[in-house]
Amino acid sequence: MSKDSVKDSAVDMELLGEILSAFGQVDSNDLIPILQKIQDSYGYLPRIVLMEFSKRTAIPASRIYGVATFYEQFHLEPHGRHTVRCCRGTACHVKGAVGIAEAIEKSLGIKDGETSKDMQFTFETVACLGTCALAPVMMVNGTYHGKMTPNHIQTIIESLKSSQGEG
Amino acid sequence: MVISNMPEITVRINGRELTGRPSQTVLELALENGIEIPNLCHDPRLVPTGSCRLCLVDVEGQRAPVAACSFEIAPQMVVKTETEEIRAIRRSFRELLFYEHTGVCTTCDENGDCKLQRYGYEYQLADEVFAAGQVAEHRNNYTTGNAALRYDPGKCIRCGRCIRICQEVQMDHALTFKERAGDVEVTTAFDMPLNDSTCELCGQCISTCPTGALYERAALGKGQCKDLKRTRTTCVYCGVGCQIDLNINTAKNEIVRVTSPIGCVPNDGNLCVKGRFGMEFVNSSKRLTSPLIKRNGEFHEATWEEAIDYVAVRLNEIKAAHGPDSIGGLSSAKCTNEENYVFQKFIRTAVGTNNVDHCARLCHASTVAGLARAFGSGAMTNSIDELPGAGCIFVIGSNTTEAHPVIGLKIKEAVVNNGAILIVADPRSIDLVQYAKLHLAQKPGSDVALINAMMNVILTENLCDMDYINERTENFDAAAAIIKDFTPEMAAEITTVDADAIRRAARIFAQASSSSIIYSMGITQHTTGTENVLSLANLAMITGNVGIESAGVNPLRGQNNVQGACDLGALPNVYPGYQSVEDPAINSKFQQAWGMDLSGKKGLTVVEMMHAIEEEKIRALYIMGENPALSDPNLNRTRKALEDIDFLVCQDIFLSETAEYADVVFPSVCFAEKDGTFTNTDRRVQRVRKAVASPGSARDDWQIICQVATKMGQPMSYDSPSDIMDEIASVSPIYGGISFDRIDTLGLQWPCPDKDHPGTRYLHKGKFTRGKGKFHPVEYKYPAERPGKKYPFVLSTGRQLYQFHTGTMTRKSAVINQVSPTGYVEIRTEDAKKLNIADGDSVEVISHRGKVTTLAKVTDNIESGWLFMPFHFCEGPANMLTIDALDPIAKIPEYKVCAANIRKAGGRN
Repeated sequence: MSKDSVKDSAVDMELLGEILSAFGQVDSNDLIPILQKIQDSYGYLPRIVLMEFSKRTAIPASRIYGVATFYEQFHLEPHGRHTVRCCRGTACHVKGAVGIAEAIEKSLGIKDGETSKDMQFTFETVACLGTCALAPVMMVNGTYHGKMTPNHIQTIIESLKSSQGEG
Repeated sequence: MVISNMPEITVRINGRELTGRPSQTVLELALENGIEIPNLCHDPRLVPTGSCRLCLVDVEGQRAPVAACSFEIAPQMVVKTETEEIRAIRRSFRELLFYEHTGVCTTCDENGDCKLQRYGYEYQLADEVFAAGQVAEHRNNYTTGNAALRYDPGKCIRCGRCIRICQEVQMDHALTFKERAGDVEVTTAFDMPLNDSTCELCGQCISTCPTGALYERAALGKGQCKDLKRTRTTCVYCGVGCQIDLNINTAKNEIVRVTSPIGCVPNDGNLCVKGRFGMEFVNSSKRLTSPLIKRNGEFHEATWEEAIDYVAVRLNEIKAAHGPDSIGGLSSAKCTNEENYVFQKFIRTAVGTNNVDHCARLCHASTVAGLARAFGSGAMTNSIDELPGAGCIFVIGSNTTEAHPVIGLKIKEAVVNNGAILIVADPRSIDLVQYAKLHLAQKPGSDVALINAMMNVILTENLCDMDYINERTENFDAAAAIIKDFTPEMAAEITTVDADAIRRAARIFAQASSSSIIYSMGITQHTTGTENVLSLANLAMITGNVGIESAGVNPLRGQNNVQGACDLGALPNVYPGYQSVEDPAINSKFQQAWGMDLSGKKGLTVVEMMHAIEEEKIRALYIMGENPALSDPNLNRTRKALEDIDFLVCQDIFLSETAEYADVVFPSVCFAEKDGTFTNTDRRVQRVRKAVASPGSARDDWQIICQVATKMGQPMSYDSPSDIMDEIASVSPIYGGISFDRIDTLGLQWPCPDKDHPGTRYLHKGKFTRGKGKFHPVEYKYPAERPGKKYPFVLSTGRQLYQFHTGTMTRKSAVINQVSPTGYVEIRTEDAKKLNIADGDSVEVISHRGKVTTLAKVTDNIESGWLFMPFHFCEGPANMLTIDALDPIAKIPEYKVCAANIRKAGGRN
């Protein structure tokens, strides 16, 4: 018996089943979109789910792993419910991104690349979010927040914290 | 490969006019003509990627340099491989590679065989371009703790060859790159330990690695490549006959590693786990080093003179008292052709009986009997390298990827790369099933029903090749009479295979451009073994698939030289070259050749000899390199016979389970310590060469036999194995043209009747060996033993990938023991659940004949009601359970079907 099946016994395989059946006949061209769906559903890419994905589709697990580790968007470790990204591109840097990142770290209590213990937040800095006109920029769960100041940060994060229970 | 009628393309490379073939790349043409173009990511076995950029060349008319490995030649193309500009580009790429390379040549095992090193020298790249050297890499990776191989990312140039060979050739998909840019490394899925991944430990990744990044762990520190001496020889495991290079540290007389040259026949540099990692037995401290004589139940070392004297005297005494037929000899499919020839000659002359047989009796006796009756020749009709060209491959009763792994690669290549349709008929979901269009999971022992029904479909749907049947065969009507009433629905009842699946299989088989049948023990090891083979011969003939390329009936032979041992007459009914001992003309020919009277009465087979011991008809056995105390069926009975026999002589490299019973044991040399030939499964006679010195006073098997024969009063002597082969050629027409000098670089396939004959790629072209192919009507019969109330399961035995036969050799390998430590019984999940058996539980398996304790392997790869046990393990030996019921014609025992029961160990009866 593999270690995973004990560790991950709580993982719901039905979600995977739904994702795969929506794709119908799966081939390796569908790999990235399926990984995105899996990450959307599970919050990250659990190993046991990917192994089952491999088993059901005959896409080699090695290939899935190679793709999952190649792209920065994929996470093999549990990720927070909310992903907070801070741009550290040139324009943002000039406009004080360092201070923004520090403010985020302070209000979340975690460092770049970490996830909070209660699994609510993951914080990462990224090379560029592509919206230099709005610098400095923060992104929360895919939504842009431009022309940030440390005070703004505080407000946005506090409102996210207070909405925790509602999902 | 011979390619004829292909247009030729003329190209100029560096001013030389060269002729190439369509779709050939610039690099291939250059290398073929001795023009070196540097390359790191190229391996002819792989699809080119052009990623390392070292093979850039200048092609007239191209705006920029092109990668020679992926650029195809075209008429009148002009190529320059060494311009100033090209050299400058290559130099800068090389500098970039070296910049990340933390290996140091002085401490690297690959030193002398490393392409990076070679190009570094050629371009005189100085120390300043190298990364800081690191002697050891301590960070864990997927090979940490693995006994087979070691990956050192510091020496890795990220060419991806290891990943590609694992995907494209081995098709295991165990390896991948992970991460990106500077963090890229080779790993397994989720960095899992190699032995937990889909890896089969073939070591192909090592074989293709251009640097020392991937290396055999056990070879590390045992000698650098530059100091190792390579001796080309033939692998000693299965019948594929892979060509290997034993890499020897001559100072230590030790095999350091096994490599194989790309491009060699039949394996093209590919090996399996046994060939690459299974040679530790050669250097084992358990090798026999001195003759042993048993006195008062204990072995004592003896001199050769003493031991030979003793054996000669005892054999002569027994012969005088009870006649020559009271002595039997078991020759060996592990030994060379020359040794088998000498052994059977010794039994037939010095002893004077035809009681000589060997383990082919237990694997392909039914093939030899069946195919000889149908075609006139009992061997694989076609060649291994024809498989990738087949339209349809029908694999029945052969777990090819495990028992003949390198032929398994050819089948996968045919299906995945060339679009062949694969049909697998096997009770288990073997690996090949995932490549198959159809899997017919017939019940063990129901093969004739399945094949007859396929022919019924072919007949009723007019898919027969009537021209072929009329011109090339006889007795079709007798076979058709049985076939025409045997519907798929009837077969479905017997086989449990869906009738429509049988129909589909029949249509695919009959309609493909060429259909090749691959079979093995699943067909032969039955009381109906000969009939199973005859059915397959019928199926091939009814569709016109014998005597043409990429088709035929192809029994895969199990031992390295089981084909040769049969060819050389280690059989009780034939002299070398399948010449009947009962034919007076043949008999007198051999009497003349060997200078004495010979028995015209055929002798006893392996299992018959064991049974004859019980009746005191056999009083002495001379066993060369066989282990019946583990390999024969119904072991309790076999072991009792070995215990009761008056006189037992064993000649072996280890004190095997059988040698323990012997009165005298002679230590012999193993394949790596001797010269000779093996004949592989596609009839290719290939060289075996001495690479290391033998331990202690061990001697060549043929020399020991000659010395015993001479002492018995029948002088036998040869100068060398080459001399013996010359004698073989003189008495055996199928080997008539074979001699050591002709097979020095490439083996010859028999029949090869004279010195100018090029050998025979496929048999029965234009005409069958026996004239016309003969159909045999075959009716379905039940196996000898069927499951019932007390023994409700059907037990089959067989091989697995990692071990070989009785494990005498493979179980000495640390690599193999790490991945395959002990025996097991496969049982289907739902059956296990009912019996409260969990995966890994200790269980008892019981049959009418015995009981063994082993571990349960719970799987869905086997159907409900069936059990499977590998027979390699002396703890819980499967053959305690198997039945010694024999095929009436071939006398092969029914290893594949017996009734058994299974229960959790420690429970009540």
